[in-house]
Amino acid sequence: MKHTLAVLVENKPGVLTHISGLISRRAFNIESIAAGYTEEPDTTRITIVVEGNEIEQEQVVNQLSKLIDVIKISDLTAVESIQRELALIKVKASAATRSDIINIVEIFRASIVDVNRETMVIELSGDETKIDALCQVLEDDHGIIEIVRTGKIALSRGPVPAKDQ
Amino acid sequence: MRMTGAEAIIESLKNENVDVVFGYPGGAVLTLYDALYQADFRHILTKHEQGSVHAADGYARATGKVGVVIATSGPGATNLITGIATAYMDSIPLVAITGQVSVPLIGRDSFQEADIRGITTPITKHNYLVKKVEDLPGALKEAFHIARTGRPGPVVVDIAKDVFAASFDYQYPNEVKLRGYRPMCEGDSGMIDKVFAEMKLARKPLIFVGGGVNLSDSSEELKALIEQSGFPVISTLMGLGCVPNEHPQFLGMVGMHGTYAANMATTECDLLIGIGVRFDDRVTGLLSEFAAKAKIIHFDIDPAEINKNVLAHLRVVGDMRWSIPALSQQVKNVSADLTEQVRPWLEKVRNWHQEKPLTYEQGSDVVMPQAVVEKVSQLTQGDAVIVTDVGQHQMWVAQFYGFKNPRSLLTSGGLGTMGYGLPAALGAQCSLPDRPVILFVGDGGIMMNCQELAAVAEYNFPVKVLIFNNQCLGMVAQWQRMFYGGRYSHTSLKGSTTDFVKLAEAMGVAGLRVTKPEELEKVLEQALAIPGPVVVDIRIPEVLDVLPMVPAGACLDQMMMGGTEE
Repeated sequence: MKHTLAVLVENKPGVLTHISGLISRRAFNIESIAAGYTEEPDTTRITIVVEGNEIEQEQVVNQLSKLIDVIKISDLTAVESIQRELALIKVKASAATRSDIINIVEIFRASIVDVNRETMVIELSGDETKIDALCQVLEDDHGIIEIVRTGKIALSRGPVPAKDQ
Repeated sequence: MRMTGAEAIIESLKNENVDVVFGYPGGAVLTLYDALYQADFRHILTKHEQGSVHAADGYARATGKVGVVIATSGPGATNLITGIATAYMDSIPLVAITGQVSVPLIGRDSFQEADIRGITTPITKHNYLVKKVEDLPGALKEAFHIARTGRPGPVVVDIAKDVFAASFDYQYPNEVKLRGYRPMCEGDSGMIDKVFAEMKLARKPLIFVGGGVNLSDSSEELKALIEQSGFPVISTLMGLGCVPNEHPQFLGMVGMHGTYAANMATTECDLLIGIGVRFDDRVTGLLSEFAAKAKIIHFDIDPAEINKNVLAHLRVVGDMRWSIPALSQQVKNVSADLTEQVRPWLEKVRNWHQEKPLTYEQGSDVVMPQAVVEKVSQLTQGDAVIVTDVGQHQMWVAQFYGFKNPRSLLTSGGLGTMGYGLPAALGAQCSLPDRPVILFVGDGGIMMNCQELAAVAEYNFPVKVLIFNNQCLGMVAQWQRMFYGGRYSHTSLKGSTTDFVKLAEAMGVAGLRVTKPEELEKVLEQALAIPGPVVVDIRIPEVLDVLPMVPAGACLDQMMMGGTEE
C-alpha cells in the first residue's frame, strides 16, 4: 500500500542529503519526493510517497524521525487530504494539430503555457491518474517530446496543520 | 570574550569536561594545533588517524564519556571512516573534529579536500560543516549533546580552515535547541504494566540483554530485576559483563557462537524479554525460527529498533534507567510467586548449561587459546578491562573470560573491525591508568594498526598485548574448512617473516613468547608484572574451530557442538 508522508525538516544545507541518503541505504521503496519551504521560513516540507506494508512504513517513519533535522512526520494517508501533482508536458504541435490539442487541454482543465511552430507546453495539476491519462492521450495522438513532474504534494483537510497532528 | 575559532574549540572542549583528545595534525588543522599547544591541552598523538579514532572509541567505551578525535582534511578525515563506522554500529559516543579546506576553496577539488560531511552521512548520528566562526560554539554544543544523549553515536564536526583563524565574540550556549531531537527518557508506563502482566503468565521466560544495558550503565538495576523475577538470562556479545558470568541465572552468550543452553533456551522459551538488543543476524540465526514459540518484548531507547528485524508483541521505548527500575518496582511485589512459577524452567535450562557447558580439548603439547583466556581470567580475577580485535580470539574471549563487570569488554561487535583492538586498548588505558588493560588479538589483526605499538610505548601505557598466533586468519580459515571444502584461499600466514617479539622491541615494547603449555602461566605472570607495555607472542594450533557454531542462516538449535562430546 502507498503512504503519503508530510515530513517537516529544518531548512538547512545538507538536510536533503541526509534524507535521500537514509532512504537509499535502508533500501526503502520511495515513489516520489517533493520539497519546498513553508509558511515558516526555517522549515522545509517534504512530501514522500512510500510503497510498502505497515511494518515497512513504520520503519520509514521511525528511521526518518531519527534524523536530527527531521522535526515532525505525519502520515496523510490516515487523514482526509488533498493530493496534487504538477506536470509540464511538451507535445509536438503543428498548425494543423493545434486545435485538437487545445480541445484535449480544455477537457482536462489543463492550460497551455507556451506555443511555438513545432511544439506546445501544457501545464496540468491534479492527481497522478489524471496526469497519466492526459499524457497517454497526448502521446498516442500527437507525440510527447518531454515531461517533467513534481511528484505528489499533499495537505490535510480541516484546520489542523501537519506540525500539530 | 574575543578569541579565534581554534581557541573557541579548546574552550568548548573544556566546557564539555573533555580531558584528552586523540589526533593527528595536518595542514587544515594547523591553527587548531597551535591553539592546543598554547593551551597545553592534553593530546595523544597516535601513529595513524585510524589509531586516533579507535583510541577515542576505546576511551568512550571504557568510561562512558564522549571520545574526541581530531584529524586534518582529506586523507586525515577519510582515515577516520572505519573508526566512525565502528562507533556508529556499536552506538559509541564520539565527536570527530575534522579540518576542511578554506571556504573559498570548498568544492574546487582543492589540495586535501574531501566531502567529509557527505562521506560520513550514513555512518554518523549527525554531522556538521562549519563555514562561519559564529556557528562554531552552537555546532560543538549540539555535537556533544547529540553524541551522548539518547542512543549514543558518533558526530562529525567538519570545520573550514579559515574558521579556525577567524576572530569573534565567543560565548558557549547554555542549552541546545533542536526541534527535531528530543531523545525519549521516560516512555509509556502503560507498557510496563503490560509487560508485567505477560511476565506473570509466562512459564518459560527468558531475559535477553545487550549492549544497551552497558551503554546506559544500568547493570545494577538489571541485576535487581533478574533476581526478583528468577528468570534465566542470556546476553549478546555487547551485553557481556552487565550480568556477572557466574550468576546462577546466567546462561552465557546467545547466537552463532553462543552456549548450548542459551541457544536452546531461546528456541524453547515462551516469553523473550529483549533489553537493549537489536536482534542482529549473528544472534538470531534464521529469523523466522528465532524464538518462534515466544512472545517477544523489546526494550530499547531507539524506536526505530522496534520491529526492524524481529516483530515485537510489546515494545517499551525509553531509557533503560527508567524502564528497568519501573518494571522492577512491580516485579518485586510478586517476587516469590514469579520465582516459584519459573523454577522448573530455570532448573531445566541450568541442567542444559551443566550438561553441555562450553568446552574444548585440552592439548598436552600445544597451547590452547581457550586455556590462555581462562588463565588470564584467573590471574586478573575476571576484573581486567579486556579489549579484543576481531575473529576467533574474540569469540574465545567472549566464551571463556567470565566477565564480571559492565564496560569490561571492549570489542567491535557490529562492524567487526580488524585492527580495532590495539588502538582501542591504548584509548582505554589512557582513561584508566590504574586498571589492567589486556588486549587479545590475532596474528592477522595485530598487523592492521601495529604501528600503534610505538604510540603505546612512547606514552608508556602499560597495555598487555596477547597475540594468538596461529599463523593463519583463523575465523576465515574456519569458514573455508567448514563451508568451502578446505580450500584455504589466502588465509595462511605461514610465509610470514614477522617476528612479533622483535617487532615489539623495535618499537620500544617488551616482547615475550609462549610456545609450550608449561610456559604459559609463568610468562603471563611476567607480562602482568612488567610496569610498561608488553607483547606476548603466543603460539597456538593452526587448525582449531570456535564451537559451538550455528551456521549463518540456520536455526539456533542446529549447533555444531564438536569438542569432546561427539
